[in-house]
Amino acid sequence: MDIHFIQAVGGIFVPPITSVGRFFSFFGAGVWQIFTTPFQAGKVLDHIWFIGAKSIFIILLTGLFTGMVLGLQGYYTLVTFGSEAALGGAVSLTLIRELGPVLTAIMITARAGSAMAAEIGVMRMSEQIDALVTMQINPIRFVFTPRIVAAVLSFPLLTALFDIVGVFGGYLSGSLLLGMNEAVYMDKVIRSVNLADIWGGFFKSLVFALVVTTICCYRGYYSHLTQQGEFGAKGVSLATTRAVVQSCICILICDYIITFFLV
Amino acid sequence: MHTAFIQFTEVRKKFGSLVVLNGVNLTINKGEITVIIGKSGTGKSVLLKHIVGLVQEDSGQLLIQGEPLNRLPRKKALQFQKSMSYMFQDNALFDFLTVFDNIALPLKETSRISPSILKEKVHTRMSQLSIEGIDHKYPSELSGGMRKRVALARALVTNPEVILFDEPTAGLDPVRKKNVHHMIREYQKKFGFTAVIVSHDIPEIFDLAQHIAFLDEGIIAFEGSKQEIMESDMKSVHGFIRGKDIRNE
Repeated sequence: MDIHFIQAVGGIFVPPITSVGRFFSFFGAGVWQIFTTPFQAGKVLDHIWFIGAKSIFIILLTGLFTGMVLGLQGYYTLVTFGSEAALGGAVSLTLIRELGPVLTAIMITARAGSAMAAEIGVMRMSEQIDALVTMQINPIRFVFTPRIVAAVLSFPLLTALFDIVGVFGGYLSGSLLLGMNEAVYMDKVIRSVNLADIWGGFFKSLVFALVVTTICCYRGYYSHLTQQGEFGAKGVSLATTRAVVQSCICILICDYIITFFLV
Repeated sequence: MHTAFIQFTEVRKKFGSLVVLNGVNLTINKGEITVIIGKSGTGKSVLLKHIVGLVQEDSGQLLIQGEPLNRLPRKKALQFQKSMSYMFQDNALFDFLTVFDNIALPLKETSRISPSILKEKVHTRMSQLSIEGIDHKYPSELSGGMRKRVALARALVTNPEVILFDEPTAGLDPVRKKNVHHMIREYQKKFGFTAVIVSHDIPEIFDLAQHIAFLDEGIIAFEGSKQEIMESDMKSVHGFIRGKDIRNE
């Protein structure tokens, strides 16, 4: 067989396979470091503050308006069938099963994920990651491990907040604005949602936490391994863009896969 | 009598099609200050990064006290790596950490010493380098000279046996350059570490050097003392130290 053909085929398949291998090694190394001492409690708290606490406001805002839109749209759709009483159930199930975990993850990606990729990318470009290596400090443990722990703790809590505020938003639209009976709305919320829905939503948010943090940190960490001419500031900006785009796509793909198995 | 501490034998390295090191042979003696000079982009930093393990050679060998680094037992290799510090050209200080935390970082992350001893060690280095009272400042709040001293304090805080300096005076004015050179000379005398310095400060850096290596076109074209390099009749050496490019003449 022609050697050039083999080289061409290798040139197409080897880089993506290498990249996938590198991604999972990065993830594995970061997760392994969670269980090695000394634990990095201080750093984890710092990142919970950044990923979790500082995201509360945008989660409240997006949760509220998502719930209000669902309430509005749901009411006008259901009223044509004379079943507007089901609004509470429709809003709460849509939020808890789907929109809560997905939109929370996308909002955190936009706010904290992009910052993670950019910060680690700048650390790479300014040789701070090399400096860690020369100081015998495991750079993956230093930059990635505390962030993944913080994300795993923050994502479900923020998702819960989004769900609660979203249900309240539906109540504002359906009951206060459109005059639906408040007791009926709340009764339907309580009766429709069962524990499996809540656990399913939390499970999704945990998976999204792992996916978003790994992609964003990975993109920043390897921002130097780019095409020619994509180093420095451009390399960091591209790493950030790729981190956000790939995280959002992966959130939606994972959401479909998990939903497929949970339904 | 000096012993060969670090030795490059026929080390080659290329990035893609670009050959950077093309059979480098270099001996670095223990307790000496070795200065590596050469034009920009000739691979001086790459050479330095081989020692600290940031770059791996394609072929050839890097010997540590006569043993190949890549074949040293894990424990011994780790011990060697721990005995080294690297001072980066742009300092590589962590923007999100204060000066104190930057200097304390290698101790905090790699050893379990008590906070009081840690504080004492960091403050000792800070006072030796005249940067007291800036513990809570961030690198962005410091001048270029101060940042260099913070980077040097971080490099010295672990009491390393070897310190690698990658253009330690890049971007500094002549007065600060002189101060950094003085600082390196004084601390090398005081602590007796082995220093490898990549520099463009010619001829000032020669006053500091006990051993000088000239890297040109991927090889060490010249090795010797200050006097030997100044008296060298090699065209490339002669041209370089006098700021002339012989290929353009």
